[in-house]
Amino acid sequence: MRVALFITCVNDTLFPGTGKAVVTLLRRLGVDVDFPEAQTCCGQMHLNTGYRDEGVRLARRFVDVFAGYDAVVVPSGSCGAMVREHYPRLAEEGGFAAAVAETVPKVYDLSEFLIDVLGVTDVGAHFPHKVTYHPTCHSLRGLHLGDRPARLLQEVKGLELVPLPAAEQCCGFGGTFAVKNPDISAAMCGDKVRNILDTGAEVLCAADNSCLMHIGGTLSRQKAGVRVMHLAEILASTEPEHGESR
Amino acid sequence: MTSTFLGMPGTVSMMGYSGKEGFPDNAAKAVRNSQLRFNLRKATGTIRERRASVVAELPDWQGLRQAGKAIKDHTLRDLDAYLVQLEEAVTEAGGHVHWARDAAEANRIVTGLVKATGETQVVKVKSMATQEIGLNEALHDAGITAYETDLAELIVQLGDDWPSHILVPAIHRNRSEIREIFVRHMAEWGRPAPETLTDDPAALAEAARLHLRERFLSTKVAISGANFMIAETGTLVVLESEGNGRMCLTLPETLISVVGIEKLLPTWRDLEVFLQLLPRSSTGERMNPYTSMWTGATEGQEFHLVLLDNGRTDVLADKVGRQALRCIRCSACLNVCPVYERAGGHAYGSVYPGPIGAILTPQLRGMGTELDRSLPFASSLCGACYEVCPVAIDIPTVLVELRARARHGVAERAGMAAAGWVFKRSGRLARAQRMGGRMRRLVPKRLPGPLGGWTDTRDVPAIPKESFRDWWTRTDGGNR
Repeated sequence: MRVALFITCVNDTLFPGTGKAVVTLLRRLGVDVDFPEAQTCCGQMHLNTGYRDEGVRLARRFVDVFAGYDAVVVPSGSCGAMVREHYPRLAEEGGFAAAVAETVPKVYDLSEFLIDVLGVTDVGAHFPHKVTYHPTCHSLRGLHLGDRPARLLQEVKGLELVPLPAAEQCCGFGGTFAVKNPDISAAMCGDKVRNILDTGAEVLCAADNSCLMHIGGTLSRQKAGVRVMHLAEILASTEPEHGESR
Repeated sequence: MTSTFLGMPGTVSMMGYSGKEGFPDNAAKAVRNSQLRFNLRKATGTIRERRASVVAELPDWQGLRQAGKAIKDHTLRDLDAYLVQLEEAVTEAGGHVHWARDAAEANRIVTGLVKATGETQVVKVKSMATQEIGLNEALHDAGITAYETDLAELIVQLGDDWPSHILVPAIHRNRSEIREIFVRHMAEWGRPAPETLTDDPAALAEAARLHLRERFLSTKVAISGANFMIAETGTLVVLESEGNGRMCLTLPETLISVVGIEKLLPTWRDLEVFLQLLPRSSTGERMNPYTSMWTGATEGQEFHLVLLDNGRTDVLADKVGRQALRCIRCSACLNVCPVYERAGGHAYGSVYPGPIGAILTPQLRGMGTELDRSLPFASSLCGACYEVCPVAIDIPTVLVELRARARHGVAERAGMAAAGWVFKRSGRLARAQRMGGRMRRLVPKRLPGPLGGWTDTRDVPAIPKESFRDWWTRTDGGNR
């Protein structure tokens, strides 16, 4: 099986630790993952901000770069949802519907790849901490990941998973929304942070670093003492712990 | 009502907004009002939970939702034919049908019809269409007083205020504010509130009931909208909770209904689907307390139907945006929207607030003002609205479509073009990342310009020394 990693531009640039964790985790499970270096960005930022043509160009680039792989693993709910939810529509206009029909069904979120393709929930991880999980909007309502991340976390040795109140509410990031509507965005994040602190968790986990950057930036500003970690980083952790903190 | 109507004739009422300030500014003011945030959080939270529990009871909710969508799409595809069928059926049943191209024409027709009766007072059933066209203000200018009879609309009218929610227009008010409004202003409009009025909900409702009862019994003209119109029989349908609608629809001698052309359903059979979808989605009830249906007019009474376009035909011509015409005004999308919950309805500057307003208002009104240009961006695209919509309007996709048509600022265009250039070649991305890595210590704690909105409440993530792709190359994918 030829497996490619779509790291996403945000992870590539700002959170390389997440990419390394995916590589470590998949190798531990016997999957040799490839990194096609021609990859850049899925086009989500451009499309969602109203720069559709650029979004279409980047979508076409994505399907070219990842053509021929049996699976493409994405450690980001929103980039995964961009590819799966919006590419078919963009491809119809851009005239590359066949390429999209070929590649897009092979694009998996990390948790889908682990559970649906590899058939594992216990990935042999060890992480002795109290963790709460934020499902993120696009993982939840775009990719419909359901309880997959929770099932993976529940199998991690030593990990105590505590439920997050109003988990399904948006953290207020929304890409350029956070810049265009800073007051509403901050109010949404303020409520999210209060719910996180109420759980008493040491670590906030999610499957999307963009949301974690937003919530983590607020937690850090408030000196709340809760750190944020991508799901891949927790799943890659073994004894002795080497989970990367930010 | 003393408020000035600032909307342009022929469009959607701006509810006192000039449109010069965009949604972000309006919302920023609202979010600092802690009383408003408390009222909204409490009210939307309650309706949200009620909706979720009654929707979960139905095993075939998704099937119903798809049926609702399909019926609306089918109707919209043949709207011209169904409208003519409706006109024939209404006329056959003794009603009169009028066609209104825009708000000004609709207001002119209704004002003329009321004047022809010789009356100067009308009672109103809660109606979005008449708010959209600013009918009360137009009637006022013609010397006619319109009395709102829905409890929440009454609160809004007495308070010289604007509605902030489709279903619960006074959602921004709590009961002590409502008591205050009743005590101060009821006397100006009719029977005063009792001097001993408390803020007990039952006491407030009773005060409104006594105040309105006199009005129902003495007024000879009523104005309504409609939730549905059935083409095959010419029947109009109004769903309501308080019984005020039933009073207005049956007691007066003349009834004038102003209804958007998209409210049509082909047959009675189609109604079955919507009578399940609408109450559960809007009030979170299995069935609404009052459903009134009428066909034409009975002897001694007159019925006029004003069919309102006001931009709907243009929306219908839009491949992506037309799905907004499926909307049955349930307001489930408002109640679930995290942005609406914090900004409130007034920030949207339209009778249609929340997610549906963010896609409907710019389509009906155009994107000529700062406010209307900013509405498609008033969403984090979290998708909660699409999930609850009973007719499956893909609001996030329409928002993104409208964003593509909006005018963007120069700085933003330059930034997006630069990002696009970088993403065109992976080598450019790698070089940009290395440059960022070298300058990582120079990133200020407070970012300049529009990015400052981020650093007001959040720290900027630390830029790593090495990007993932450089690590991959250097270590041969971690093998070295």
